[in-house]
Amino acid sequence: MSTRPDSAASLGLSWARDRGARGIARLTGGGSRSDERRTAGLMISPPVVLIVAVAFFPVAYSWYMSLHDSSVTGVGEWVGFDNYAELFEDPDFTRALLNTTVFTAVSVALELTFGLAIALGLNQAFRGRALVRTSVLLPWAFPVVVSALMWRLMLQDDVGVVAYLVNSLELADAPILSQQSSLLIAAIGVDVWKTTPFMALLLLAGLQTLPRDVVEAAMVDGAGPVRRLFSVTLPLLKPTILVALLFRTLEAWGVYDLFWVMTDRQLDSLSTYTYEGVRISQLEFATGTAAAVFTFFAALAIALVFIRLLGTRTAEE
Amino acid sequence: MAGALGRPRGARRSGLGWGFYLSAGALVLLSLAPILWVLKMSIVPRAELFASPPPLLPQELTGASYATIFDDPTFVRGLLNSAIIAGSTTIACLVLGAPAAYAFARLRFRFRTAIMTAILALAFFPAAAVIAPLFIEFRAVGLLNTFWAVIITDTVFVLPLTVWILTAFFRQLPRDLEDAARVDGATTLQAFRLVVLPLAAPGVAAAAIIAFIVTWNEFLFANTFLFDSSTWPATVAIPNFATTHTVDYGAQAAAALVITVPIAIVVLAFQRRIVQGLTAGALKG
Repeated sequence: MSTRPDSAASLGLSWARDRGARGIARLTGGGSRSDERRTAGLMISPPVVLIVAVAFFPVAYSWYMSLHDSSVTGVGEWVGFDNYAELFEDPDFTRALLNTTVFTAVSVALELTFGLAIALGLNQAFRGRALVRTSVLLPWAFPVVVSALMWRLMLQDDVGVVAYLVNSLELADAPILSQQSSLLIAAIGVDVWKTTPFMALLLLAGLQTLPRDVVEAAMVDGAGPVRRLFSVTLPLLKPTILVALLFRTLEAWGVYDLFWVMTDRQLDSLSTYTYEGVRISQLEFATGTAAAVFTFFAALAIALVFIRLLGTRTAEE
Repeated sequence: MAGALGRPRGARRSGLGWGFYLSAGALVLLSLAPILWVLKMSIVPRAELFASPPPLLPQELTGASYATIFDDPTFVRGLLNSAIIAGSTTIACLVLGAPAAYAFARLRFRFRTAIMTAILALAFFPAAAVIAPLFIEFRAVGLLNTFWAVIITDTVFVLPLTVWILTAFFRQLPRDLEDAARVDGATTLQAFRLVVLPLAAPGVAAAAIIAFIVTWNEFLFANTFLFDSSTWPATVAIPNFATTHTVDYGAQAAAALVITVPIAIVVLAFQRRIVQGLTAGALKG
């Protein structure tokens, strides 16, 4: 198995690299090629058919519906980009877009910072490391719905302990759960609490594959810990960081449960806006579908930017 | 990690002073305190819940909140529904995902890279983007408001993760054994079933545990396709429960904890395996 520092970067996207290794198996002569190909077809067809029917086709169909005057009962006449025009004129949508953007940028940035600090800490051998690892893993495994509800209870103005603390320090001038801005801050806080461990685990795994000799060489050369971190460890870790960022950014971009449950529908994200359009208010089905398609293409654009960064990175090495 | 005897940074070892342990302690506290606090909320009587300032430790204990939630048929039913949905999805993911992962890890076939990329890309789809067309599709075939709708959708969206983890595990296995089996006349399928699968059992377990956790926690699809309270999994039952028992904060706290218990047990029991599974894919491209 490759332990090269950039191996995380490939993320299964650069399968081409190991094609050469296959040649050896071919020479050993085990199994005929046609048997292999037939078996491969048999093995991958069921999931591929299911995925096309339940994920790729629906996205294409969403796009088709978004260009028509559609409703939950059927597709009407062609309207071009009218649904999108209407979408961007809807203040609820622009608000949802802003909320989602702020939520994604701030929570992912905080998770990266804290996750990196935790990963560097866990990379040391120390007494009680297992305990620390287990306790940070617990919030990750919680259903988002439950974290949302738990924090909602603690933010509740009449019984919440966090609300009590905030009120006694006079940090807020209105109940936390009654204002969009404090709700957004709370949502970011809960997401950071819950997801930083995941980030830390990914980064820790990356740290553990870094070549020891490079770090040690820097140490011998007299580089201090801070210098080593910024000039040796972080540059080597960059591919892992990008992969972790890609994951988290796209997950945060699609945020639904947290907003839906914790803010009790007072704060919209792109996904809750879509849900309300297509599932609750029948009149906004067409704009809801347009919002779904917009969210999808924006996610695609984000993914492409990260993959490009990763690609150039691997090419340089 | 940790060079031979767990002293990787010899010179810096002394740097791990009380400051380090203090921050590690703070981290543990920060992760666990909210959970412990909600536990406290679930076992104290109503009067104490509303006390201001809230006492740090419970003064009086009661099981009333737990009685409330277990008397609620929707909640109890929800736990059962969650188990059915998450269990079936996990099995489906393994049955569909393991052979596919093996093909990606070991076999030569056309468009392998393209197909693998398409499957992995799915992990990045915003789930909300597919709910409207799926709603229409499922209604057309009569699956709406049945477990099938949720199991099928969950399976498709958890599959990329399963395939990813399993592919990484299959690649780590030594190739010699399969090659030997094939020289002995086994077909590719037999080599997979009889040689590879048993060897990859730890990886399969990791993939299963992670698939179960992710499905147990799923909310959006269940909230979209199921509208009868008798079909709701716990994740959907709980927020609705919170709406009907608006001021019964104790019961809400109890409900939040009960649904998490199975997951917490799984995490504590299989911690190492989960970490292995989550990180295997990320590193073994």
